[in-house]
Amino acid sequence: MVSVVEMPEKTSQITASGPEVRRGLIEIKQLDFAYGDHQVLHDVTLSIAPRAVTAFIGPSGCGKTTLLRCLNRMNDLIDGARITRGSVEIEGIDINAPGVDVVDLRRRVGMVFQKSNPFPKSIYDNVAYGLRIAGITKRTLIDEAVERSLRSAALWDEVKDRLHVSGYGISGGQQQRLCIARALAVEPEIILMDEPCSALDPIATAKVEELIRQLKQQYTIVIVTHNMQQAGRCSDHTAFFYLGRLIEFDGTAKIFSNPRQRQTEEYITGRFG
Amino acid sequence: MNDEARMTNVEGMTNDETASNAGSPSSFVIRHSSFGRGRFLEALTFWIFRLATYLILAAATYIFLDIGIKGGRTVFTRTAPFINVAFLSQAPQTLYVFDFAGKKMTLGDREFRDWKSVHPGVEVEATSVAYSAGGIWPCIVGTALLVIGSMALALGIGISSAIYLSEYSRNGPLIRLVRIAILNLAGVPSIVFGLFGFGLFVIFFGWNVSLIAGWFTLGLMVLPAIITASEESLRAVPQGLREGSLALGASKWQTIRKNVLPYALPGILTSSILGIARVAGETAPIMFTAAYAMKDEMPWQVARFTDFFFQGVMALPYHIYVVSSKIPQNEYTERVQYGSAFVFLFLVMLIALTSIVLRERSRSRLSW
Repeated sequence: MVSVVEMPEKTSQITASGPEVRRGLIEIKQLDFAYGDHQVLHDVTLSIAPRAVTAFIGPSGCGKTTLLRCLNRMNDLIDGARITRGSVEIEGIDINAPGVDVVDLRRRVGMVFQKSNPFPKSIYDNVAYGLRIAGITKRTLIDEAVERSLRSAALWDEVKDRLHVSGYGISGGQQQRLCIARALAVEPEIILMDEPCSALDPIATAKVEELIRQLKQQYTIVIVTHNMQQAGRCSDHTAFFYLGRLIEFDGTAKIFSNPRQRQTEEYITGRFG
Repeated sequence: MNDEARMTNVEGMTNDETASNAGSPSSFVIRHSSFGRGRFLEALTFWIFRLATYLILAAATYIFLDIGIKGGRTVFTRTAPFINVAFLSQAPQTLYVFDFAGKKMTLGDREFRDWKSVHPGVEVEATSVAYSAGGIWPCIVGTALLVIGSMALALGIGISSAIYLSEYSRNGPLIRLVRIAILNLAGVPSIVFGLFGFGLFVIFFGWNVSLIAGWFTLGLMVLPAIITASEESLRAVPQGLREGSLALGASKWQTIRKNVLPYALPGILTSSILGIARVAGETAPIMFTAAYAMKDEMPWQVARFTDFFFQGVMALPYHIYVVSSKIPQNEYTERVQYGSAFVFLFLVMLIALTSIVLRERSRSRLSW
C-alpha cells in the first residue's frame, strides 16, 4: 500500500499501469449497486473519456449521484451500501479491488458537493487542507499551490486580499468555487461534481460553468446535474439515467438534438421528470 | 344557529349559499362565553401549572437565601478584608467553649492552647466541638484534586469511546450492547458506585482509601454523561465536513483529528464542565473510597512521590456530611456547615458560569 505522505513525487498504484492507458479514463462495467435490499443501479456500463466533461442527467432518484459516488468510493461511508455486481475501473485498475488504497484514490479523484461545504477555517487554510493532510509542510510550496488553485478556480482576484478570513465569509458562489479550488489543490486527475450549481444564482452558476469548461483542458470532469441547459452548455458527453438504468449515452449535441430513445427525448423536452 | 346547522352550512356553502344568506345576515357566529364548569376547570388547571412553576422559584430562593445568609456570616467579615481568610486557608480545628471570668470564650484548638499557656494553672470546664473552628482549606484542595484527576480520566476514556461510537462503529449487536451498558451505567445510583469502588479499587486492588481510588470511582460515575455529551457534539458537526475532508484524500483519523474533533471539542468541554459540578458534588462515591473526615497534612506533604496518589483527602461534600451528621449538633456547629455549603455552592456556580461563557464563545466562533 502506498503511503499518502509522499504524495507529490510518487506514482501511485493507480497510475502505475502502462503508458497506453489514457490518464483519467473511467470504465464502468455492468455495475449493480444496492442500498441494503434496495437496488438502485442496474447493469450500468459506461466509459468516461479523459479530458472531457461528462454529464449525468435524469430525474431525482434515478441513481446518478450514487453512480458518481461510486467513482471515488464515497458510498463506503454509508451503512449497507454496496456494489453487488460489476466493476469500476480507473485507468485499468479496479478501484474496488482489495489492495486499493481508498485514501489515495480519493486524492486522485476529487469531489465537489451539492451543498458547498467549506471548512470553518480561513480561505487559505481551506485550500491548504488537502496539502497539509498529504504531509506537505513547506510554506512556500503551500503558498504557491493555494494561489495556483485559487487562480484555476477563478477566485484569486476576488479573495487575494482576504485569504485569512473565514471560508464562510464569502458568498455562496464563491464558497462553491472555493470548494473547487480546494479539490484542485491536491492535483487530482478526475473531478466529480454533484450538482455543483444547485444552490447558486444564475451569475454564480455561469461562473462555475465557465470554470468547468476551462478545467476540462487538464482534468476529466464528471458532473451530475438537474439542469439540462447546464448539461447542454458545458458537457461533451451526456448520460441519461432513468430508474437506475442507463438509458442513453452519447455526445451531448446528439443527445439534445437527436436522441435515439423515446424516454430521453421526453425527458429532455420536459414531458416528464 | 346551532353547531350542526353551521357545519352543514360550511360544507354546503356552494350549493345553498343564497339560502343560508337569507336565513341570517352572517354565517360567522361566535358563541358568548359562559362562566360554567368548563371554564372553571380550565382556570384551575392553569393555576395549578402556574403555582407548580412558582414553587421552583420559592424553593430556589429559600435555599440560596438560607445558605447565603447563614454561610455569609462565616465567609464574610465586617472588617477589611471582608472575607474570612482564616476560614478559607486553615484546616478544621476543634472548638473549645468555656466560661472564664464571667465571659463565654470560644476558642479554636490552637488558640485554646495559647490561652492555656498564658493562663497557667487555670482549670476550666471546656466543651469541645469537633471540626467547628478553623477553616476548610484542605477540603477545597481535596475536592479540586478529586475533580482534576477524575475528569482527566473520564474525558480521556469518554472522548475516545465517543469517537469510536459515533465515527467508527457500525450499528451491530455488540454496539447496541455497549449503548445499553452506557445507559445502565448512567442509571446506577452513586452510592452503588461508591460500594463498587470500595470493593474493586480499595479492597481488591489494595489501593486503600486513596485519591486514585476516588478518581476511578468518580471517573466511572461521570463516564456515561461524558460519552453521551461527546457523541452529541460529534454528531452536531455537519457530515459535509467529513465528506469534504475524505474526498481530499484524508484518512479517517486525519479527518476526525483535523476536521471533526476541533469543532466538537468546545461542545464536549462545555458539557463536561457540568460533569465537573457533579463530580465535585457527589458524596456517596468518595465516602468509602477517597474521603477522610480529618487529615492533618496537606496532600502535598507526602514522604514519597507515589504516596501522593495513595493518600485519602478531605473533600467539601464529605466535610459537610461529617459536620452535619457525625458530630453532636449544637449552636456552634452551624458555622462550619453553612460556611462550607456557601463556599461549595459558590464553586459550583463558578464552574457553571465558566461553562456558559465557554459555550457562548465557541458558538460565536463556529457556525456553519
